[in-house]
Amino acid sequence: MQLENFLLMRHELLLLLLALLVLVFEIFTDDGKIHKIIPWITGLFVLVTFAGFLPQTEGVLFGGMFRITGMQIMMKNILNVGVAIILLQSAVWLKKPENSGKISEYYILLLSTLIGMNFMISSGDFLMFYLGLELATIPMAVLAAFDRYRNNSAEAGIKLILSSALSSGILLFGLSMLYGMTGSIYFDAINANINQSPLMALSLIFFFAGMGFKISLVPFHLWTADVYEGAPVSVTSYLSVVSKGAAVFIFSIILFTVFDKLSGYWINMVYALAILTMTVGNLFAIRQKNMKRFLAFSSIAQAGFILLGILNASEFGMTTIMYFVLVYIFSNLGAFGVVSAISYFTGKENMDDYDSLYKNNPKLSLLLTISLFSLAGIPPFAGFFGKFFLFMSAASQGYYWLVFIAVLNATISLYYYLLPVKAMFINKSETPLPVIKSDVYTRIALILCAVGIFGVGFYSPVYEWIYQLVLQFGI
Amino acid sequence: MNFTYTVLIPLIPLFTFLFLGLASGRIKPQLGGLIGTTGLFISWILSLMTVFKYFSLEKVDGAYQQIIGYNMVWLNFSDKLHIDMGVFIDPISVMMLFVVTTVSFLVHVYSLGYMKGETGFVRFYSFLSLFSFSMLGLVLATNIFQMYMFWELVGVSSFLLIGFYYQKPSAVAASKKAFIVTRFADLGFLIGILLLSFNTGTFDFLELTNPQGAAMQTGSGAWLLGLSTMTWSLIFVFMGGAGKSAMFPLHIWLPDAMEGPTPVSALIHAATMVVAGVYLVARLFPVYALSAPVGLEIVAWVGATSSLFAAIIATTQFDIKRVLAYSTMSQIGYMMVGLGVSGYGGHDGLGYMASMFHLTTHAMFKALLFLGAGSIIHAVHSNVMNEMGGLRKYMPITHITFLIACLTIAGIPGLSGFFSKDEILAAAYHHNKAIFFIQMFVAGLTAFYMFRLYFRVFWNKEPHYHHTPHESPLTMTIPLMMLAFASIFIGYIPFSDYISSDFKPFETHIEGIIAIPSVLVGLIGIAIAWVMYKKDSDLPDRVSHGFRFFHRWAFNKFYIDEVYLFITHKFVFNRISTPIAWFDRHVIDATMDGIGWITVSTSRLIKPLQSGQLQKYGFVFLSGVIIMALVLLYAAFAA
Repeated sequence: MQLENFLLMRHELLLLLLALLVLVFEIFTDDGKIHKIIPWITGLFVLVTFAGFLPQTEGVLFGGMFRITGMQIMMKNILNVGVAIILLQSAVWLKKPENSGKISEYYILLLSTLIGMNFMISSGDFLMFYLGLELATIPMAVLAAFDRYRNNSAEAGIKLILSSALSSGILLFGLSMLYGMTGSIYFDAINANINQSPLMALSLIFFFAGMGFKISLVPFHLWTADVYEGAPVSVTSYLSVVSKGAAVFIFSIILFTVFDKLSGYWINMVYALAILTMTVGNLFAIRQKNMKRFLAFSSIAQAGFILLGILNASEFGMTTIMYFVLVYIFSNLGAFGVVSAISYFTGKENMDDYDSLYKNNPKLSLLLTISLFSLAGIPPFAGFFGKFFLFMSAASQGYYWLVFIAVLNATISLYYYLLPVKAMFINKSETPLPVIKSDVYTRIALILCAVGIFGVGFYSPVYEWIYQLVLQFGI
Repeated sequence: MNFTYTVLIPLIPLFTFLFLGLASGRIKPQLGGLIGTTGLFISWILSLMTVFKYFSLEKVDGAYQQIIGYNMVWLNFSDKLHIDMGVFIDPISVMMLFVVTTVSFLVHVYSLGYMKGETGFVRFYSFLSLFSFSMLGLVLATNIFQMYMFWELVGVSSFLLIGFYYQKPSAVAASKKAFIVTRFADLGFLIGILLLSFNTGTFDFLELTNPQGAAMQTGSGAWLLGLSTMTWSLIFVFMGGAGKSAMFPLHIWLPDAMEGPTPVSALIHAATMVVAGVYLVARLFPVYALSAPVGLEIVAWVGATSSLFAAIIATTQFDIKRVLAYSTMSQIGYMMVGLGVSGYGGHDGLGYMASMFHLTTHAMFKALLFLGAGSIIHAVHSNVMNEMGGLRKYMPITHITFLIACLTIAGIPGLSGFFSKDEILAAAYHHNKAIFFIQMFVAGLTAFYMFRLYFRVFWNKEPHYHHTPHESPLTMTIPLMMLAFASIFIGYIPFSDYISSDFKPFETHIEGIIAIPSVLVGLIGIAIAWVMYKKDSDLPDRVSHGFRFFHRWAFNKFYIDEVYLFITHKFVFNRISTPIAWFDRHVIDATMDGIGWITVSTSRLIKPLQSGQLQKYGFVFLSGVIIMALVLLYAAFAA
């Protein structure tokens, strides 16, 4: 093996380098001035994101444990874009005095989880997959407990680590059965030896449940509400967007390439869970009054919609999933960005506090509105195209009933997505929130989201590009 | 040859629209106007380049080529069903590029003077840019769906501009009327598009209009009322065109649309948008001519009726902009007749060429008339003829250019209107004698009402002016002079060398048997107007009293608006809308409330699941796994 082959891991290596840089920075900076690294790290991460789009060769490393293709590069880039926006949004929060000792900690933890997700996406066997998964999960629990002096943040951390221990256990159980039956942990070898035996189906279910936990599918979703609410806003958005996106990517890759012969089993599971997840997520979201909880629950319902793409085990299905996640990143982070800006500057998080927001903060209100419209799937915003392609992908396989239920759920979601909009523009308030002067990082992040919400929808080559990459990967 | 750059022609106005729309209120009005004008100037130059470049291309088999200058798949549904966005270059689109950008540019310049000091000056320019973008997108459409989208955008910008003075209730009403009436017509267009594309399996103009193509052969069997699906779809498509082009009976919005600022009337409601219907029929002309001759017959008759009807009304109106509006309608009727009486290929396609020719010349002289009217209104602050008179002394440039335009529209030999009108009449003469005579009569009426207007405004008795009228500033008179120049000389372009139904140049010549009577009819019209309106007299009143019954009908526009009001209020509102509203309120709403109630109650019911206790979460998690396993294993063993 030649040394330059390691360049196939460019994404991971760059992130690792960045994480190490944070350490070095911390050593050489005075404690009081540690916040000075924020612009550096954020800027460097943006550079890393751009570097991710440079052309890269495809290939295999470590005897097949690590695979990299154009599609996987694209997935990593999508995640990078999301993380870049989150880093921008969290800059002002990190500068708070109570966080001063933990800035480098935040970056290192976040970058480690991202490295884990990248390895997970590139994995060629279940060992690498599992390592990546755990690397993406354990630091995440620490992140959730970042405000450790706040009770519910600490609770979020402990709940996340305990639930994920349970789910990892079940996942590993399934994987060990798989190894026992096929004698291999490599995806290709397992795929070649897979059969329709009940034990195989059982291992598939265990794997499914473990991944369902990461994607927060009903009934494996219960941890999300508490964790999302307790964790700091930037961690919540990271969990609900990037972490979920990464899990969806590898989940669909494995279902499509490893378990394709068992599709008779998992198609039904996906079908049932899609309905459950959409409906239950919506039913919970509809009653939320706290904006953070509201977005968290609505993200459960969105995960249900993604399952519609998984039902179509083809290039088309994969493309719609990736496209939807990309759109979802922009829309959801746009909404989270506004909510966290308002929460940071005024401390208000309830929907009632948003009454007449338009009066003093027209730009923030408009941005929140287009983000929510995009999440609800109203044309011409990108979210419409994302949902539209998902529905079309399911319909092309003949799942008309499911699409019908999904459309019903989209209508229900429209109701609650419009509630904040109504509050901002129609509800009258004697004391609307004061004018919020957001910082430059938040502004850049929000502008990026707005550009994404319009651009990705209108600029169809994005979709075509993803489609070509998926075609080369071959499913 | 590479025509990719043509995509910039519509995009530049789009950028100026976005910029001006966002920057409105933050930049100086004059700067905003200059930015809009500069943007359009660039588009204009690019269009002129395209005209020269395209027509100097090597012909293949003696025919001009149809070129896709730029294309991108915008929405890809399946291999067969995809919606593209692109730039389609062929003789008529290049011609329209020239017409639209020329008039639009001159109107931009003119408005710098005309709209000076108005509130919302920048908003006005951003809307003008939006309109130019939409119109250019429409003209360059590669497929009927793209055309439809830009068609609606054009409608929206027309709506915005008619309602520009939104504090004026009449302007708001007029903008709504224009939007609703054309929207109604567009419903027909949409049905037509769906039928057409369902039948032929394509949206693409290139495939649709290929005379040897497969699309031409489809849907020829009888379907409804003895007509084929192809014919029906084209009739529906024409309904959209008739709405946009204010053809009878969908014309009622056009006179009211004169509530908008006058430059807008010149650009949108005289030169460009209203001829979109003509352009649409011309775009699909091979399909009309080869597989739906009945559709073409309808086009001809609708055109002839509208042109006669509007010309009669125009003779009785006193608002100068309304006279011009009816005149526009009448002239578009001419263009429709030209298309309607045309055949396909060679000299048979004379009508097609003549119609496009008339479209071009009409754009120039009608824009000139409107801008001249704007200049008059600017000077006397009124639209009504009775408050004008003797203006030739005060406004020499406006006077001369207006006279040129009147002579042009009256078909005086040597000016452009003569050539184009003569060729339409020639085509009608060889195809349908009845229509020919109608159009001949309309030519006389046209000369009469235009010179009635001319004499009434520039000669006749001077009313008492509050302040002496004065000539307009240069920004307004220069466009007038340029348009007057174009009105005179554009007729000398050998149009049949460039535009023909089958893209092959052919020979045309002036036929004395048609030209001489048409000129005579025009002269008679002018003479009558001279006698009646040159000097102040009671002759016009006596004449209208003599025909009082007929005059009252014509003056009230044949009560078409009242018919519409009757139908919508008495029938649609009372008989249809009221029951539907009841149903909506009591059945639909109740059902929806019920669903909402069920949703909320279920939501309350499952709330305890989210208890916050981790052990319970684990329990649910494991139960989920076990249930799934049981279900699957059961299914596996059962199978």
